[in-house]
Amino acid sequence: MKVALFVPCFIDAFYPEVGIATLELLERFGCEVDYPLEQTCCGQPMANSGAQAEAAGAERVYARAFAGYDYIVGPSASCVNHVRDHFDALEQTDAVRKVRESTYELVEFLHDVLGAREFPWAEFPWRVGLHNSCSALRHLHEASVSEVAGPVFSKPLALLEHVKGIEFVKPARPDECCGFGGTFAVTEEAVSVRMGQDKVVDHVSAGAQYIVSADMSCLMHQQGCAERMSADIRFIHIAQVLNGARE
Amino acid sequence: MKRVEHAKLAGAFLSRPEHVAFHDKRLWDLRSKRDAQAHAIPEWEMLRTLASQIKSHTLSHLADYLDQFTRMAESNGVQVHFADTAEEHNETVYRILSERGMTALVKSKSMLTDECEMRAWLESRGISVMETDLGERIQQLDKQPPSHIVVPAVHKLRDDVAEVFGRTIGTDPHNNDIHYLAESQRMNTRPWFVREKTAGMTGCNFAVAETGTVVVCTNEGNADLSANVPPLHIVSMGIEKLIPRVSDLGVFVRMLSRSALGSPITQYTSHFRAPRPGAEMHFVLVDNGRSERLAMPEFWYSLKCIRCGACMNTCPVYRRSGGLSYGSTYAGPIGAIINPTFDLKRFSALPFASTLNGSCTNVCPVKINIHEQIYQWRQVIAAQHELPFVKQEVLKMAGRLLGSPTLYRGTVASLEGALRRLPNFMLYNPLNIWGKQRDLPHVPHTTFHAWYRKNRKGGGDGGS
Repeated sequence: MKVALFVPCFIDAFYPEVGIATLELLERFGCEVDYPLEQTCCGQPMANSGAQAEAAGAERVYARAFAGYDYIVGPSASCVNHVRDHFDALEQTDAVRKVRESTYELVEFLHDVLGAREFPWAEFPWRVGLHNSCSALRHLHEASVSEVAGPVFSKPLALLEHVKGIEFVKPARPDECCGFGGTFAVTEEAVSVRMGQDKVVDHVSAGAQYIVSADMSCLMHQQGCAERMSADIRFIHIAQVLNGARE
Repeated sequence: MKRVEHAKLAGAFLSRPEHVAFHDKRLWDLRSKRDAQAHAIPEWEMLRTLASQIKSHTLSHLADYLDQFTRMAESNGVQVHFADTAEEHNETVYRILSERGMTALVKSKSMLTDECEMRAWLESRGISVMETDLGERIQQLDKQPPSHIVVPAVHKLRDDVAEVFGRTIGTDPHNNDIHYLAESQRMNTRPWFVREKTAGMTGCNFAVAETGTVVVCTNEGNADLSANVPPLHIVSMGIEKLIPRVSDLGVFVRMLSRSALGSPITQYTSHFRAPRPGAEMHFVLVDNGRSERLAMPEFWYSLKCIRCGACMNTCPVYRRSGGLSYGSTYAGPIGAIINPTFDLKRFSALPFASTLNGSCTNVCPVKINIHEQIYQWRQVIAAQHELPFVKQEVLKMAGRLLGSPTLYRGTVASLEGALRRLPNFMLYNPLNIWGKQRDLPHVPHTTFHAWYRKNRKGGGDGGS
């Protein structure tokens, strides 16, 4: 299985350990993983701000770097959602369509494609509040949401519950948006921060020691709020937990 | 008109933490009740699909249904008027009133009359207007527009209402007991229903084409008083309110109050078909940009809206910024997609007042793809150069940089301490905005890219 690793730009720059954990985790499951060096970004920051035309360059780079792989896996639901649903600045050739269809978010790739359930190397003896990003929840449908009736399920939870020693706490509003929202975090700074503070307080009140998420951008925002508030809570990406990080 | 600066207005609302906390909690409570009601109906999702299809069908045959509705209403003895614009609506209402020597209008809640800014228009021509919905009346007395389409004064605490009533209708400003306040408002309003030379007005939730009937759903009984006591009843309604048959009504009535307030049904669901003997009934059907919206391939779907407010209650941004920050009758997610059709420049900030989280789309009883339309509006606004200049330039720069691996890596590598500058282009704004109330990410020793080149020889072959 030829898998390409997609490391979103802000993870490359700020959270290399998340990229490393993703790579090692995929290798643990026997994937032959390439990291195409000629990658930059999926184009989302521009397109989400309305500047779809400005996203064309990044999308072209993405489509070129990831051509020819069976699977393209990235540890970020919002980037993957952009590639799947909004990657429209380019001409939709067969090759572009193939790259879009082959792009997976890490949790769904582990859960759906690899069928991974056992993580014998992983142990995380902490009380954890799980934060699913809105992209993972409402766009990639990785878990059920409270406003929609139907069977309750959660792919990230189905993976994490096999980690030794982990304990989950339930915040009052588990699927409320944390307020990152890309450029929203700065154009609507006041609202964004208030949402982030509310999210942190909800997890702390539930007794969480860690907030775990598959989306580092949500965590970057929440961590920024938490540190400024001097809240006693830490943050870690799901790839690190599943790859055996202890803290 | 001037651009509505949502972020700034939201900031003002957020500077009153008690109000924000109450507002958020109150509306989240409505959302939770809505969830309980919706989840108790096994066929809920089917109802949403059905409602959406009925609206699609009606909107794509709107001229025919308007024609049928008009014929039926006229044969019932109702006088039907069409108004192209807000001004025409106001003029029509004024003409009906003045020709009959009316000097006052008692009315129930209607978003359309707010959209048309009818109250000020009539009052400047000597007609007194009395809002009889409690929330709407509070807002009228405080000289503020409604902040929510279902609960117009939800942004106020009971102390605020006591203050407004004390200042305007002479109650004790220190008595914030809700029963006292509600009763005072009722006593203040009631005499108007039986006043001479006074007409009544209601809005319309649904207009049934096959019978020419107007259906009004309320909780306070004030619409029934407005319609049934005065000798003249004027209904102000948008042309998108039509549904084909009485049997279609069941689909919408089951969902309206469940979506809005989390109650199975409103206290009153009143059907108005014909004037009482000796009385008059007038329907004013308003376009005001609706047919233009109907012709927009990406955005016509928003005409399905039944004004339940569920998208506002669920919206985490709306709950923390308050309805007045949207600068329009229609706030929240639905406002973000409707308002730009009225005035793109004025409302160009609203589609950016969203995290695109998508819960609005999930709760919409007629399945409007709200968050997708918000995304589309952003594209339209950028294409028409309505983005702020700095944002436009930074996005261009980011696009160029991220469009070239060499330029991107070169930029990262060539600048000492370049990582500290990254948020500048990734988030396009000066760091201090991020850092005002949030700490910055801890900058690591290396990028993933550099780590990979060092630890995994050569890196991938790029798949080519």
